[in-house]
This record gives sequence, structure tokens and C-alpha cells, in this order.
Amino acid sequence: MNRYPLWKNLIVVVVVLVGLFYALPNFFGEEPALQISKRDGTMEQAALSEAQSALRAAGIEYSRADLREDSGLIRFNSTDDQLEAVDVVRAALGGDYPVALNLAPAAPTWLTDLGALPMYLGLDLRGGVHFLMQVDMGAAVNTALDRRVDGMRADLRGERLRYVSAEVTDEQRIQVRFRDAESRDQAIEKLAGDYEDLEFDSAEIDGEPYLTATMTDKGVETERRAALEQNITTLRNRVNELGVAEPLIQQQGDDRIVVELPGIQDTVRAKEILGATATLEFRLVHGSPADWVDADESGSIPPQARLYQRRDGGPVLLKRQVIVTGDRVTGASSGFDQDSGSPAVFVNLDSQGARRMADITGDNIGQQMGVVFIENRIDTTVDEDGNLIEEKKLVEEVISVATIRDQLANRFQITGLDSSQEARNLSLLLRAGALRAPMDIVEERTVGPSLGAENIQAGVNAAILGFVLVSIFMMIYYRVFGVIAVVALVVNLVLIVAVLSMLQATLTLPGIAGIVLTVGMAVDANVLIFERIREEVRNGMTPHAAMKAGYERAFATILDANITTLLAALALFAFGTGPVKGFAVTLSIGILASVFTAVMLSRALANLVYGRQARLKGLSI
Amino acid sequence: MNVFPADARFDFFGKRFFAYALSAILLLVAAGSLATKGLNLGLDFTGGVVVELGYPGGADIEAVRDTLDAQGFDQAVAQLFGSSESVLIRLPPSGESQSRLADQVLIALQSESDDVTMRRVEYVGPAVGDELFNAGGLALLVVLAGILVYVGFRFQVRLAGGAILALAHDLVVVLGIVSLVGLRFDLTVLAAFLALAGYSINDTIVVFDRIRENFQKMRKGTEKEVMNASVNQTMSRTVLTSGTTFLTALALFVFGGEALYGFSLTLLLGIAIGTFSSIYVASALSLDMGLKRQDLLKIDDKERLKQAEDGAP
Repeated sequence: MNRYPLWKNLIVVVVVLVGLFYALPNFFGEEPALQISKRDGTMEQAALSEAQSALRAAGIEYSRADLREDSGLIRFNSTDDQLEAVDVVRAALGGDYPVALNLAPAAPTWLTDLGALPMYLGLDLRGGVHFLMQVDMGAAVNTALDRRVDGMRADLRGERLRYVSAEVTDEQRIQVRFRDAESRDQAIEKLAGDYEDLEFDSAEIDGEPYLTATMTDKGVETERRAALEQNITTLRNRVNELGVAEPLIQQQGDDRIVVELPGIQDTVRAKEILGATATLEFRLVHGSPADWVDADESGSIPPQARLYQRRDGGPVLLKRQVIVTGDRVTGASSGFDQDSGSPAVFVNLDSQGARRMADITGDNIGQQMGVVFIENRIDTTVDEDGNLIEEKKLVEEVISVATIRDQLANRFQITGLDSSQEARNLSLLLRAGALRAPMDIVEERTVGPSLGAENIQAGVNAAILGFVLVSIFMMIYYRVFGVIAVVALVVNLVLIVAVLSMLQATLTLPGIAGIVLTVGMAVDANVLIFERIREEVRNGMTPHAAMKAGYERAFATILDANITTLLAALALFAFGTGPVKGFAVTLSIGILASVFTAVMLSRALANLVYGRQARLKGLSI
Repeated sequence: MNVFPADARFDFFGKRFFAYALSAILLLVAAGSLATKGLNLGLDFTGGVVVELGYPGGADIEAVRDTLDAQGFDQAVAQLFGSSESVLIRLPPSGESQSRLADQVLIALQSESDDVTMRRVEYVGPAVGDELFNAGGLALLVVLAGILVYVGFRFQVRLAGGAILALAHDLVVVLGIVSLVGLRFDLTVLAAFLALAGYSINDTIVVFDRIRENFQKMRKGTEKEVMNASVNQTMSRTVLTSGTTFLTALALFVFGGEALYGFSLTLLLGIAIGTFSSIYVASALSLDMGLKRQDLLKIDDKERLKQAEDGAP
């Protein structure tokens, strides 16, 4: 007699039911929706209601509107309605509520409320952009040193210690030149305590006394981490500005950032916005127009000034000291100057920035102030061999020079921009914050929506064909036990889908391939058991004894065989990236699920069919 | 119904030198091809740009090439991809960042005809390509080491040696064929190799398991006879499992489209080679490496055997 104790049967039933429940949401598909979030805050019901009434006023039908944790979601019956609705909702809510097109799971709420969500499809299946961005850590450290040098200049002036020049060299070292060794030594004494992340040293270069300072390892480490964190925050803000549903922005390794934007098609604009390092600086003008031309032609620039080119042509000298940088900008919007009608950006500063701006402009009424536009740009040119050459270029242009008529405070406007598109982009970038260090795209994978849909279709077709072929084969070869194996296989597939949905692991095309392959390999455990039963029957065992022996003796083999495959899958997971990781995940889940279905579930089924027959003559195997 | 007669007593090990000869030839060809022709490494490992475009209504590949030439992309290679409605354009890697190159190709071709759609853009920087390649190689080594330790621990060192050699044999032969037919070696093909490592060892282990069981059960018979019986007994299972796995890999090959072509082809090859090697290479090598009955007996069995030997003069 072959019977499972009640608890074993219960485990099987419970696992199958839970599996079915979590697999269920995948069968409802998706419906077009709009995702509304709030810039710098949580989405509230009032805004959602406003969007709903705007839709009703415009006569656009929607099926459901929910307020979720951090966003509102309005669902539509057709993509046409959805596309019409975007403009209506955007107009009704204004710029503070980014609206993104989205596909929402169509599963009923009683399922989603219990945490049962459909599988999370990877970019190769749903379409979208994947960027891997490398943060230029050398530049991050350089900028940090630049800030330290600015501070040192101020400190040395404050201490009345005369220095000749202070600059950051290409080897990431600060060099300050002094007139005599005595003031150099005094300076080191004064500065060393104030800059804990710098190591000071004295040196004689070409017979001149110098102070050198390099950043400590700890300082470099802190700076790198800060650069990475700030860049991630900035990217997150910029992606929100772009209006992307369910973006992913994540650190990878110690100097890279992954950005995944599902559903984005306009990669050119996405790249422009994500990679842009444009920011602003406000500086006071130095000297008169005659001095500017003179400095430009002679090349001798006064030590307290820097030479810039104006966007509308001609040189200009600005003071080295910066009044305020783009970091201090809390809000920015684009529009038009009321007097001239030219494109303008309206800027809000934070309290610290506003105070500095007020102090300096208050002291310098009647003087001129320049607005510097700074951008890291990549220029592509073709050389004589036809090779494309890309050059990273730091563009620093003065977009406007205006006379300070009044004390400026926290809110003012900037003009001098080329177009209203540029005004829009600049205001977006100022709002989202500056990147602490420039970034390069080192990997990009973009999949169009049509290819994504084709990939899903291909995967599903292969899965069905594989399943049908294996099922037919098993049923012909093992008859009743073949049917048991096929049922176990179906449950195996349900469990894989259920676990993937529960973990919200990303399903990719190689992931689907992993599932299909599992179909072929999962029956292996059953083949091992069934072959063993046949063998024991041939050796003269009774059917019941043969069944028992078959399941029990094959188990050790099944375990050994699957553990080694699992080893391979885990290594794949540890070293793989993106789609390959998806393959490792489904393969691992498939292996684990197949041990359960082939051993416990198929035994329970075999017991159900044969276990109660006391005088069993033979097995249909 | 049986694919393999239940009472078969084929002398697998007596003929193992034919199998060795076949393996040696396969390995030589594989090594030769890898040494002379090398692998056709894909974008994932070399870096570079790939753009796939959709032309509803069919693409004029010559016109696409002309446009690319005229726009200065004279290193670009354009070819039809899967169907006449899909064009794949590859740009070789070059020193610096090329992430804007894909956009330029896209803009150039889209300005030529309106209904061109972007299906896929992939750009991999040279540094990332190197890293992926190294990570892949490392993964393979970790898998091999992990299996060696596990099989050594669960079975016996000589069996573990046989298993690893069989596994290395499978991977090298399949890699050789991939090189010979010029299949593009990308990340998915690498994934197929790792899956294959798992599959091939799985097959070997089932045979080993039976060998261990039979050494404990069949007290008479030489090592060779016991191993022969074990391979015969597990033969149907080996053929059946390889068969079902082969069927599913075939389904992927037929329906998986271009994206899974290399992946499924590698699997199909690997399953065939792996089945051959788990029968011949793994067990036969363990035998020739001097596997003895004592190696696989349980400890109390071993002592009993020792006592019996001591007792008999």
C-alpha cells in the first residue's frame, strides 16, 4: 500500500493553491493608464480628483482612478483615450505634477490588494532604454580640490599671508606658490588644521617655495561616494521631470549607475537630459570693455579675474570669486522676458544663496554681473581616415552681462538664451540639480516596443511547443505515469510563474528560455523515478513495493543531479548581468520547483491513482 | 515501451578506445579551429554599436548601405536580419565613447525614409566588454571548481576528475564547433555554456550514482563489468532525458527567433556532445584513472573487505 500521511498531502495541496493564486494575475494582461506623481512630495487625492474632473469635462472616458502610495493612477479602455488624456491632465494639473504613460496590470483589486502582482517584464520584453553610466571620479576629485583652493585663497587673505598663485595641477595636487619660505611655512601651519582631508607638504619647484596638498585616501573615498550619491539623486530628479513610469536608478559597482526607463522611445532626448551637466554660475564683471579686449589680445589676465567668451561674441573678464552656483537653485521655470519678449529662465535661490546674492549685489549696485552657462558637451568629428572622433569639451559661455540696478534676492530672471527650447532644458536641469561629476554612457541597450512584443510571442510559442512535444512523448512512453508527469510539469510551470511574480524578479527573454529549458529538464526527475520503478518490477518486486522503491531510491540521484545544476545557475546569477541574470533566476527557480513537483506532487498523484488498491496487479508505466 | 532494451549488456567499456579516438579527433578539430579561426566575439564582449531597424514593406539593403556610406559611416556593416523587413547595422568598436553614434545612424536613416522604426539599439563600451568577458570566464571557472569540490566530496576524487574532464571536453568541443561555424559568441551564448555545464554534469552524476550503488551491491565482477552494467542500466534514462531536453531546445531554436538563435543552437550541440561524454568520457576516464571498488564502498563495508583479505592468505 502506498499512502501519504495527511500532512504531506496537505503540503502538496497548499503549495499548489498558493502557486495558482500568485500566478493568477498574469492572466489578466495590462491596460493603458496614466501615472501622476507630485514633484517633491506625495500625490494627494485633490490633484487626482482635479484630473478626473478635467477628463470628464473633456469627455474622455476612464475606467478607474486610484491613489497609490506615491502616485495616482488613472486607467483607460483604449490607448487612444490614454493618449488624448495626457494633454488634458497635463494642462489641468500644471508643471508640478509629472504625468507618465504607463501600462497597469488589469488584475482585479482583490488580487492586487493581497500582493498578487503579475511578473515584472524586463526591458527586452516591454521595450525601453537601459543605460550604464560611468561617473568620472577623477573629475569629481578635481572639483573637490577646486573648492578647497577657493577656500584656501580666502583663508590666506584672511590671515594676511601673501601668495603668488594657487591652483590645482593635472596630477590632482594643489600647488600654492609663495614669495618666501617663511610665509609658506606659516601658511601650512594655519591651513593644516582646517583641511582634515588634505595632506600638506612643502616643496621647492624651480627654486620657488611652494605649498603642495593632496587629498588623503579617506578624503578621496568620501568624495567619490558623495559624487555617486549626488549623481543618483540628480538622475532621479531628472527622470521624474521626463515623466517615466517605474524607472530604475541604481548604483552598480563603485563608480557606475544603471538607469532603466521602460517605455521611453525618444532616447536622444533622454540621453541629452540625463547626461547633461549644464549649470549656471553668477560672477561679478571685472574691469571695463577696453580691459576685456586688452586681456584677450595680450593674454595677460589679471590674477583675480578669468577670461570668458560671450555667447553673442566678444571677450569678457569676470571675477574669480563666484557669487552663487547652480547648486543653490531651488526652483526654475522657463518663460519670456516681459520687456524684450526673449526667452528667459526664472530662478529661485535657497536661503543661503539668496543671502549671498543679496549681500553682493547690494554692495555692487551699478556694477555689472555675468551669468556663466557651463556645459560638458561631447563633440563628434570625422578625421581624414573616416574615423569618428569624440571629444569631451567643457563649454563655458557667458550668456548675459547685465547691470545690477537693484539688490537681488531669492527670485530673479536670466535672459540671453538662444531659444525657448534651451530655456526649457536649462530650467529643467536647474530644477533637478547639478551632477557632481560628469558621466559617460558606457553601455546602452534600447528595445523598441514592437520587438519587445515579438520577443514575448517568440518565447511563449517556444514554451508551448516544447511543452506539447514533451507531454506527448511522456504520455505515450509512460501511459498513466506519463499523465502524472505531465500534471507535475504543469504545476511546475505554475510554480515558476508564481515565484517570479512573488519575488517581482525581472523576466527577460533568456529568462523565458530558461523556463522552456526547465520543461525539458524537469521531467528528468520523473524519468529517473519511472525507470527505477520499471527496473524494480522487472527484478520481481510487487507493484506497490516497486513504486515505493522507485520513488525512494531515485531521490538521492535526483538531489545530486540537481544540486550541481543549481551550482551552475548560481554562478550565472553571481556573474551575469541583465538578461543573463534573468535566465539564471528562472533556471534556479525551475530546478527547485521541479524537485518538489517531480518527487512530492507526482508521488501524491501516483498514490491517489494506485495507492488504495490492495491487490494491485500491475502499473501502467 | 522501451527505447533501450532493458536486458541489454552492451560492452561500452571494451570499446572505449574507439570513443577515446573520436573524442581526440573532436578535441583536435576544436582546438585547431579555436587556435586558427578563434571565436566570433559579439558586441557584448568587443564593444561597439548595433542598430536594428524595422522597414515595414521590405528594406532595400543596397540603398541603406549607400546612405550609410554617404553619411560617413563607412565602417558600418548592414545586413538583413531574420526577414526582409529588418536590417541590422554593426559599427566596430573604437577607442572612445560611441554612445552618440547609434543616434546619428538612426537619424541618418530615418531622414531617408519616414516609416523606418527603431527596433533595437545596443552600445557597449570597450571597457565594459572586457569586463563582461572576464566575468564570464570567471563564472565558468567557479562553476568547474564548485562541481569538482561537490563531486569529490559526494563521490570520490577519481570520479570527480573524470566528471571535470568530461565537462571540459564538452565545453571545448562545443566551443570549437561554435568557432568552426562562426556563430556569434555573445552573452546569451555564454549563458548557454554555463547551463550546459550544469546539464552535462547532471547527466554524468546519474551514471556515477548507479556505479556507486552497483559497487556496493554487486560483490562479484571486475570494476569494468560493474561499470558496464551501470551504464547499461541508466542508458534509457540518459537517452530519454537527453531526448526531452533536446526537444525543448529545438522548440527554442524553431520559435525563439534571432535573439535566441545562438543560445538554442549551442544547447542543441551541447546536449548531443554531453550525452556522448557522460557515457564514454566520464566513466571510462575514471576507470582508466584507476578507480577501484574500495573507493566507493561504505566505511563498514571497506573494513569487512579488509578483514576478508587479511583472513585469506
